[in-house]
Amino acid sequence: MSAMTIEKPWQRWAIRIGVFLAMLVLTVPGLWVMLTAFRPNIEVLARPAIWIPQNWTLDNFARLFGLSASQQGLPVAQYFINSLVISLTSTLVAIVIGMAGGYAFARFSFRGKGPMFLAFMLSRTVPGVALSLPLFMLWARLGIIDTSFGLILVYMAINIPFTIWLTDGFFRQIPIDLSEAAQIDGCTRWQAFWKIEFPLARSGLASAAIFAFLTSWNEYALASQLTRTTASKTMPVGLMDFTAQFTVDWTGMSAMAVLIIIPALVLTFIVQKHLIAGLTFGGVK
Amino acid sequence: MAEVRLNKVVKRYGKLETVHGIDLEIAHNEFVVLVGPSGCGKSTTLRMIAGLEEITGGTISIGSRVVNALPPRERNISMVFQSYALYPHMSVRDNLGFGLKIANMAAPEIEKRVNEAAEILGLGPYMDRLPANLSGGQRQRVAMGRAIVRNPDVFLFDEPLSNLDAKLRGQMRVEIKKLHQRVKTTVIYVTHDQVEAMTLADRIVIMRDGHIEQVGTPTEVFERPVNVFVAGFIGSPPMNQLDAVVRGQMAVLGDGTGVPLPAGLVLSEGQQVVLGFRPESFAPRGHSLHWEGATIAVSRPVVIAEPLGTETILFVELGGKDVQGKMLNPREVHPGEELEFTLDLSRLHVFDKASGRRL
Ligand SMILES: Nc1ncnc2c1ncn2[C@@H]1O[C@H](COP(=O)(O)OP(=O)(O)O)[C@@H](O)[C@H]1O
Ligand SMILES: [Mg+2]
Repeated sequence: MSAMTIEKPWQRWAIRIGVFLAMLVLTVPGLWVMLTAFRPNIEVLARPAIWIPQNWTLDNFARLFGLSASQQGLPVAQYFINSLVISLTSTLVAIVIGMAGGYAFARFSFRGKGPMFLAFMLSRTVPGVALSLPLFMLWARLGIIDTSFGLILVYMAINIPFTIWLTDGFFRQIPIDLSEAAQIDGCTRWQAFWKIEFPLARSGLASAAIFAFLTSWNEYALASQLTRTTASKTMPVGLMDFTAQFTVDWTGMSAMAVLIIIPALVLTFIVQKHLIAGLTFGGVK
Repeated sequence: MAEVRLNKVVKRYGKLETVHGIDLEIAHNEFVVLVGPSGCGKSTTLRMIAGLEEITGGTISIGSRVVNALPPRERNISMVFQSYALYPHMSVRDNLGFGLKIANMAAPEIEKRVNEAAEILGLGPYMDRLPANLSGGQRQRVAMGRAIVRNPDVFLFDEPLSNLDAKLRGQMRVEIKKLHQRVKTTVIYVTHDQVEAMTLADRIVIMRDGHIEQVGTPTEVFERPVNVFVAGFIGSPPMNQLDAVVRGQMAVLGDGTGVPLPAGLVLSEGQQVVLGFRPESFAPRGHSLHWEGATIAVSRPVVIAEPLGTETILFVELGGKDVQGKMLNPREVHPGEELEFTLDLSRLHVFDKASGRRL
């Protein structure tokens, strides 16, 4: 870290309190969702608000999976599988293509390199929603509305430019001498990549993968347009199943939201070490 | 046998030509140093020999093979990079053994060779460390170890010592020389430091702007530089160079001082020349080497004195320029003090002013 040091205890405490307050503001909505997932419906709209559930219940989750007597279940399991398949596939493809692209941008010079890189980046400035109508029409023509494939294609398109940008940065920070030394040591260019450059870029690739996965996992706007049924509906779209014409099943919705949050959270924790190493990469040399 | 031959080697980046048709023959087991100012094409030339840079024109052969089309791994060379280029995610042991492993050598043999190299270079205590946890000098040794374990035909070095401090550089220079005496191989060594070149080389190749200016033993390039560039580049402090005009058997400096030209040198009257003499050929009376030939004497006030212990460098004005002289067995000298300097005429270098070439 930088050379800035905090001398006085009161300053340290001021910073801690500041961070705590900021985190409080950031996390309260999430916390509310978590708590609401475990409370009976009657508590939700109570006035004054009930913060800590007075009657903890798992009923909301039971209802989700159709285990409760009172209500028919939703196809949450199917949504979950769709989300998982779509996110993992699009992430995997984005990483493979993005890594190849990032490596090419970092290591080779070719015609139109600058403009191409710029074009990839500019594609990120277009809000996804703005594309939803043209995408819808195109996908309808191709007959891939309401298919996992259709959504995977969209998420790949979103994730690949970003992955290229990230991995380009990571490969750039690996001195080219290393690959050259490996080639002199007897490697082919391909071996030099897999034995030297790839292991060194692994942290970076892990962070790129997380970003790609979370983007696909949480995406709602386009998925809500391009999916219809359990054939391809993802978790965030599934949330809307809880809104009827005049009522919203807040507790059910919260329970499902928890199911969306947990895998993302678990994944982030697992690769956290890599993520931090990746984001503060540069220790090579 | 691994002699290396460069035949009209050219390098172009697009339209920009940076190496202009170099010819060079390097003998088996010879230690050749490419030296020249930064940007003159030393690294490019070395990298073409290594196979890291495409050869635009001409041929390079190692032993009996033309290697132009061969990738680095098929040239049986090894290279020490300026940055060392150690694999950061591997221990010293794995760095040393990497090339052998790639070549599918049996583990016990790898172990044996790695240990040998470690022994030669004194790396024993660091074998399980990562490069990040080594000092600059230790990294340098690992880089050399990685190069020697593979037992290559040719060793290439690209400014291997330039990231070390002066003291360590001196030590490593000696080690490299010892290493060459022990592990007989052809060595091509690139540096911009003429001291390194002089001390290490069997033969020095002096380059400028993508051309070779002179090839010769350290003594040859020091005593008979072919042009003013080589004369100024080799030797420290550098050779004094003064403009002069030929008048009979004399060269007359800007301030009217006449210097007798070496006998046998026939020049035309009024020809513009450059007179070169090294600081050690220009010394206060009684503080010079034992000169046998003719000398001339001039009295000059000292502008600056730089005591170095065993000698003092004296700056005086001559022919309208500051020149440096070397005072052996020095005594205290104060600026402004007038001293009688003698110039050893047998060590005078005369160059043509227009072409810069030795006359
Ligand atoms: N990839 C490149 N593209 C264009 N010019 C280059 C490239 N690499 C080196 N050069 C140029 O070639 C010349 C020689 O470079 P180099 O061999 O690295 O010099 P040095 O003698 O300092 O090692 C320099 O003028 C440099 O700018
Ligand atoms: Mg160089």
